Amino acid sequence: MSIRIEQVNKRFGDFVALEKVNLQIKTGELTALLGPSGSGKTTLLRIIAGLEQADSGRIHFNNEDITGQHVSERGVGFVFQHYALFKHMTVFENVAYGLTVKPKKFRPNNAEISKKVHNLLQLVQLDWTADRFPAQLSGGQRQRIALARALAVEPKVLLLDEPFGALDAKVRAELRRWLRRLHDEIQVTSVFVTHDQEEAFEVADRIVVMNKGAIEQDGTPEQVYDTPANPFVYEFLGNVNLFRAKVKQGQTTIGKVQLASPEHTNGKEQDGFAYVRPHEIDVLIAPSSDALKVTIDLVTIVGPQVRLEVLTVVETNNDNNNEQQLIHIELPKDQFKALQLHQGDMAWIQPRYSKVFLGEGI
Amino acid sequence: MSRTGLNSQRRWLKPLLISSGVVLTLLLLVVPLIFIFVAAFSAGVGGIWQNLTEPDMLHAIGLTLLVAGLTVPINLVFGTLIAWCVTRFSFPGRRLLLTLIDIPFAVSPVVAGLLYLLLYGSNGPFATLLDQHDVQLMFAWPGLVMVTVFVSCPFVVRELVPLMSTLGTEQEEAAVLLGASGWQVFWHITLPNIRWALVYGVILTNARAVGEFGAVSVVSGTIRGQTNTLPLHIELLQQDYNTAGAFIAAALLTLIAIATLVVKAFLQWKLARTSD
Repeated sequence: MSIRIEQVNKRFGDFVALEKVNLQIKTGELTALLGPSGSGKTTLLRIIAGLEQADSGRIHFNNEDITGQHVSERGVGFVFQHYALFKHMTVFENVAYGLTVKPKKFRPNNAEISKKVHNLLQLVQLDWTADRFPAQLSGGQRQRIALARALAVEPKVLLLDEPFGALDAKVRAELRRWLRRLHDEIQVTSVFVTHDQEEAFEVADRIVVMNKGAIEQDGTPEQVYDTPANPFVYEFLGNVNLFRAKVKQGQTTIGKVQLASPEHTNGKEQDGFAYVRPHEIDVLIAPSSDALKVTIDLVTIVGPQVRLEVLTVVETNNDNNNEQQLIHIELPKDQFKALQLHQGDMAWIQPRYSKVFLGEGI
Repeated sequence: MSRTGLNSQRRWLKPLLISSGVVLTLLLLVVPLIFIFVAAFSAGVGGIWQNLTEPDMLHAIGLTLLVAGLTVPINLVFGTLIAWCVTRFSFPGRRLLLTLIDIPFAVSPVVAGLLYLLLYGSNGPFATLLDQHDVQLMFAWPGLVMVTVFVSCPFVVRELVPLMSTLGTEQEEAAVLLGASGWQVFWHITLPNIRWALVYGVILTNARAVGEFGAVSVVSGTIRGQTNTLPLHIELLQQDYNTAGAFIAAALLTLIAIATLVVKAFLQWKLARTSD
């Protein structure tokens, strides 16, 4: 089942939750709606489900316009951040609920329901919990039950609202991989909302980055990470350093450092911002003419990685008033040990790669 | 003041506060309560039986039960609807509605009774209409039910609104997404989650309905054997110098109150357990 969203607008009072959103989701794809809180991603998901009504715009499932259709007729499976299990029902009753409320004509008999529920519980590897109550299960188990419950009615579309948001880091990582494998197995068109870029990259076939009620970029995880469409996407997808730069004929200059930026071919010199990721910076101990001189301000060792905070002096437009800029660098521990640098030492840094956006940045 | 001074002050303050609390409770609550039963039993078992089986007393008991028996279901349904409305939908005037619900608690019951009397009585704007259809509301049991519904309507709402707000709408949304109809959502999901609070609200409504005096006395006209509820009957017996009879009726109401408190305590314990 493919989903097509056309020109959807939604306001809550004065707050614009969604503005002219267009999106197409292909059959069988697992798509992540990624964005900070207040970006409209959950609202978009709830509009697809029918839990909210768009102020204007249309929603299509396979070429059928379902904008006016009631939630209960859309055939979507929905998983909530806080599970929303029926706490007075057993796990079995929870999973069976969607089947037992069907009108008599379509309702399977008890034996069929029981068989189906147990199959689903096996699918989520929790068959042994059938007679328990939700309160007796862990968060990760509850979310898997919630998923089984959503799948019981054989939804055409599966929607997940921050499904791992309420879980601790370890369970979350486990469940992410599990969801990915499950999706490969059942192949139902799925959309999940997350604010965690790592989660989106690990699980999704496709990432839709949202901000302030609009879609900033839409592509495969690799496309979104390697060629961010704009400064927002770049900054949202992980830590980043920002340098004032001058661009001319495909060359970017940050202080004395020259970098290639073939996308900007204009012959005239232009001001811009160069974005450099912390792991895309080389650290040198010897002075070099095309490197930035820095002072090591803070060294933090996080497992196999070393995070450095270094300070450099940058020229501002006002020449008498130079200011210090903080730069984040990440490098493997071995490499850092070989450099034999300590807090307070002098060093030189060279960005290997940068992405330049013209203008005053964000 | 020095620290030790403060401590020494506390040393006599603590027992003083506790003992004054205990003495006040005894004087204001326990002694009168015991006295009610002592006075009631002073008539002897035969006297009690005679007073209880007296026709006017039986009628007052019956009428009280009728009023409570009608008030409770009306407010149960009405209160659940209001609570559902204000916690599940957002609409202009939502806060105003919540405030209006509390009016019966803020207004003196006598004022409420008077309002009903003026509005639905023989000089009110509906008098001709009611006359034409031969309906008498005031000085009859329908009037008693109307004012009792008014004074006790906030109980169920006030129990449900905070609970339903904290429960949130997710479970209900999940049920709708699974294809459940509005009724199915209410019976399968909402009701099981609010049932203890609902029972608690009913207990409180019932206690108020049984014991209401002010509003009822205005619209009843205290016609013996016709529009007298138990609290009104107590006053009449007292005026007739039938002290024993008055205390027997009072003891009856007190027993209902004590039973209500026991059930209430049990439900509070139950509510605290289920909300964990």
